[in-house]
Amino acid sequence: MSAGSIVVESHPADTLMRADRLPHILCPGCGIGSVVHTYVDAIAESGIPVNQHVCVSGIGCSGRAAGYVNIDSYHTTHGRAIPFALGIATYRPDLHVTVISGDGDLTAIGGNHFIHAARRSVALLVLCINNFNYGMTGGQAGPTTPLSAMSRTTPHGCWERPFNLPFLAQAIGASYVARWTVLHVRQLRTALLRAMNKQGFRFIEILSPCPTGFGRPNDIGDGLSEMQNYLRRCEVNNEIDLRAVDIDLTQQDSPIYVGDFVDVDRASFRPQVVHRAGA
Amino acid sequence: MSVQARVPIDAASIQVPRGQVYTIPNRCKGCNFCIQFCPKEVLEFSEAINNKGYHFPVVRKGMEEQCIHCRFCDLICPELAIFTREVEPATAVGASA
Repeated sequence: MSAGSIVVESHPADTLMRADRLPHILCPGCGIGSVVHTYVDAIAESGIPVNQHVCVSGIGCSGRAAGYVNIDSYHTTHGRAIPFALGIATYRPDLHVTVISGDGDLTAIGGNHFIHAARRSVALLVLCINNFNYGMTGGQAGPTTPLSAMSRTTPHGCWERPFNLPFLAQAIGASYVARWTVLHVRQLRTALLRAMNKQGFRFIEILSPCPTGFGRPNDIGDGLSEMQNYLRRCEVNNEIDLRAVDIDLTQQDSPIYVGDFVDVDRASFRPQVVHRAGA
Repeated sequence: MSVQARVPIDAASIQVPRGQVYTIPNRCKGCNFCIQFCPKEVLEFSEAINNKGYHFPVVRKGMEEQCIHCRFCDLICPELAIFTREVEPATAVGASA
């Protein structure tokens, strides 16, 4: 026999969260909280001991992730989440290192670190929470802002071609590439579990609503409206040619392709010098 | 109008879990994800407001038995403010018919 909803004080996932810091600072309708929630849920499911998980994040809204998960976590400087994580993953191959960061941090100032970590096949799981703008500093255009999108720094529309992150990640040698949205939490959780058990550089792009910085100037509305936009436009296609997965904001009926695009085996980076050091 | 619903041939042996919804009202920021995306449309906004001034999700009247513990509201909640637990041994779909 079920009653209505029962009011309680804690959540089952609170053991993996720094629950005393909740509720977090993120805006209502922001998807970053859902990504962190799915990530800790995947950690609990992964079977890997919690003390072998490490979370590294950069700066910005997505960078707050490391402050809310109750595992070994590091909040690093702007764009330096990947080199910081690279040091941990290279010296301690027994640890499962996850980088959670935003599109601006990872692919603007951190762009070259991203490229070279993937080229070397460093054992990192990189989650890029893509909300198409620099949310925390007020909604400036970033490297993934779609063509014609309005932002604080592009008041007449963005005319710079945005990064196609899954295509970039495939081209530079990632062993696993997926793109999901915050609406696809179940598929995201499955993708996280698959990626946690792979070697090499794994990359998951997660499209997330930013109602304050991106939704408002682009007439998308609140977080829920953007989620309904994803519900209407997303098309799962695991086999698609990644050159075609650009996101076109102007064509409301054009599909946004999501899926598990790349899954190949590639050994993790393990330089000889670390072997000699006896790590 | 009578609609002939197709009943799967293994309906009597399919076990549908039942769930109980738990909420932590003071964490909710009223994003509406759990209410809009619940596949069984079990939830609605409360009349009451929490200590930040948001309406939070509650189970709709008459829908207390409808939660199937799919955990979608739980996973999608950015604030970790709602979750479900399985409450009773699953019952066969055909058992009540």
